[in-house]
Amino acid sequence: MADLSRFNLRDRFGDWWDETSPIQRGFTRVFVIALFYALPLINNPVIDTPETSFQSVLFYPLVMFSLMAVGLNVVVGKSGILDLGYVAFFAIGAYTYAMFALKTSLNFWEILPLAMGFAMLAGVILGLPALRLRGDYLAIITLGFGEIVRIVAINTEAIGGAAGLTSIPGPPAFFGHEFTVMDPRPYYWLTLTLLSLVIWGVLRLSHRKPGRAWEAIREDEDVAEFMGVSTLKYKLWAFIIGGAVGGAAGAVYASQIRSIQPEMFTLNLSIMILACVVFGGMGNIWGVILGAVLLGYLPEKLRFLSETRIIFFGLLMVVMMNIRPNGLLPRKKREVVKEKS
Amino acid sequence: MDFSIVVSDFASLTLDGIVVGAIYALVALGYTLVYGVLRLINFAHSEIFMMGTMTAVFVTSILGFTGYEDPLPLWRFFLVFALIVIASSVVSGGTAVILEIVAYRRLRNMGASRLSSLISAIGASFFLTETFRLLTDSRNLDFPRMISKEPLFQFSSAYVTQDKLLVLAGAALLFYGLNRIINHTRLGLGIRAVSQDERTSVLMGVNVNRVISFTFLIGGVLAGAGSAFYMVFYEVTKSNVGFLIGISAFTAAVLGGIGNIRGALIGSFVLGLFQQYTAAVLGYNWRDVVTFVVLVLVLLVKPTGLFGEALQKARV
Repeated sequence: MADLSRFNLRDRFGDWWDETSPIQRGFTRVFVIALFYALPLINNPVIDTPETSFQSVLFYPLVMFSLMAVGLNVVVGKSGILDLGYVAFFAIGAYTYAMFALKTSLNFWEILPLAMGFAMLAGVILGLPALRLRGDYLAIITLGFGEIVRIVAINTEAIGGAAGLTSIPGPPAFFGHEFTVMDPRPYYWLTLTLLSLVIWGVLRLSHRKPGRAWEAIREDEDVAEFMGVSTLKYKLWAFIIGGAVGGAAGAVYASQIRSIQPEMFTLNLSIMILACVVFGGMGNIWGVILGAVLLGYLPEKLRFLSETRIIFFGLLMVVMMNIRPNGLLPRKKREVVKEKS
Repeated sequence: MDFSIVVSDFASLTLDGIVVGAIYALVALGYTLVYGVLRLINFAHSEIFMMGTMTAVFVTSILGFTGYEDPLPLWRFFLVFALIVIASSVVSGGTAVILEIVAYRRLRNMGASRLSSLISAIGASFFLTETFRLLTDSRNLDFPRMISKEPLFQFSSAYVTQDKLLVLAGAALLFYGLNRIINHTRLGLGIRAVSQDERTSVLMGVNVNRVISFTFLIGGVLAGAGSAFYMVFYEVTKSNVGFLIGISAFTAAVLGGIGNIRGALIGSFVLGLFQQYTAAVLGYNWRDVVTFVVLVLVLLVKPTGLFGEALQKARV
């Protein structure tokens, strides 16, 4: 058990990665990215999922969860802010897309930045007052925010009320790829592209000043403040970036599912995404994606347990946390001298 | 927005607010006690409450009540109800203790991050909700009416009924008992010591694991008893009943300053009353929104809740 909790595949891979030549790295990158783009072309009974087609599972939940988990990871994993209302940004993105697509003649590509903008704005509105608080108080406020957005959506007739919005148009064709309801593959590729961009952006930020500031805040906020890190500013940025990613995910989701109801955006989804982040390994982008893929894929694959699968899933979360509390692929630990107790 | 309702129905809304507040308080105490000793939000606490409501329904069905009988004579009702309270408390308390051992203890001994414990608790919560959702087929379960809900007397606009009096009296009794345990027993001393400083209390010879187990037990028993009162008052439950009650109770605990027992009590009553008044003005739909907005405002003006100590810096 002790070995299990300490073994870190990421460190092994990281060592290997450091030793390889740039050419090898380039090839590996291209190969891995190509592999992911080719995934929906595979029709293999081993990875196929019963009930829903593998292609639609790839879009939702797999790549969708990954995108949201990477966004939430900036907030929870990198800066250590416990956000229990992440679904609010997803909902705001989805509703922004749906409203603009229904009421105006703007197309998907024009609304996507708008949806992200609205989600970022929500991040500022929530973040400015809330981020002055810490820990559990911050957690309950974000949880409340998530619920408020949902209940407001239920009670506001102008945005469809409890029935939600229907017949939302999809994105226009992209180089001959039609975005139809029946075929989830273009949406998968679209989201995968977004995900790659977000990963690239977040990795860039992590290696630069904001990343160091986030880490400092996560490890000890007071010390970070004393060291001259403007904590509120960087926490707010983490919030805004996380929100923008959630908003983008929501817009894509609304354009694929074509009809949205407030009941899609419950606390359960927030918890689910948070579980992906913690399960995979907080603060490590690859771990987070692994967590999202596993937690998205297993319930679909385990349909033979049909109704009981969430029970096993809950058990799995408890067992997993007890064996590896830092997640499957924890972030690389800097050398720490720990006092022995 | 019709504020005249609040004025005309003031007594009735106030009575209901106090009754609802008493039920919230029984659940909120569990959150606040556990937070006191562990500095953790026990996210599965709402499921412990849900288990209590299920047990209450189960006991009545074993006893053969269908809900169509005439109200029982008072002495028989008290016997049956005492049985229900005891059964719910035992099941909820037991679940809470097992939950602590399964979901928290190992993580605590490893010194894992708070988030890991949170996820572990959420997993346990999923497990319990889903198990009962399948067992009950997602149906509403009715609690048979065994006590007359005809008003005993009317005070202004408030109809005082037996079930409301029962909830208030029972809750008062439990609060008194809790006060005795916390302030006048060795066990309570242990709980207070661990809440103040876990390390020092270990040095002083407090068995922390035992104290934590007892804290979960007390929280679970209170939630179990609360669930029995809830069933008499609302008469219906479902596998997801814990969520809404849990959110409200948790809000109440934070409102009063989480970790603070008296704060949780007062916060619950304040929240219960406030929910009734705003629901009357704005409509039931907006109740939870208003609750959260007020909570946010309170936390911004006084982040430690109404009666909390200066926690928010120390307990990150």
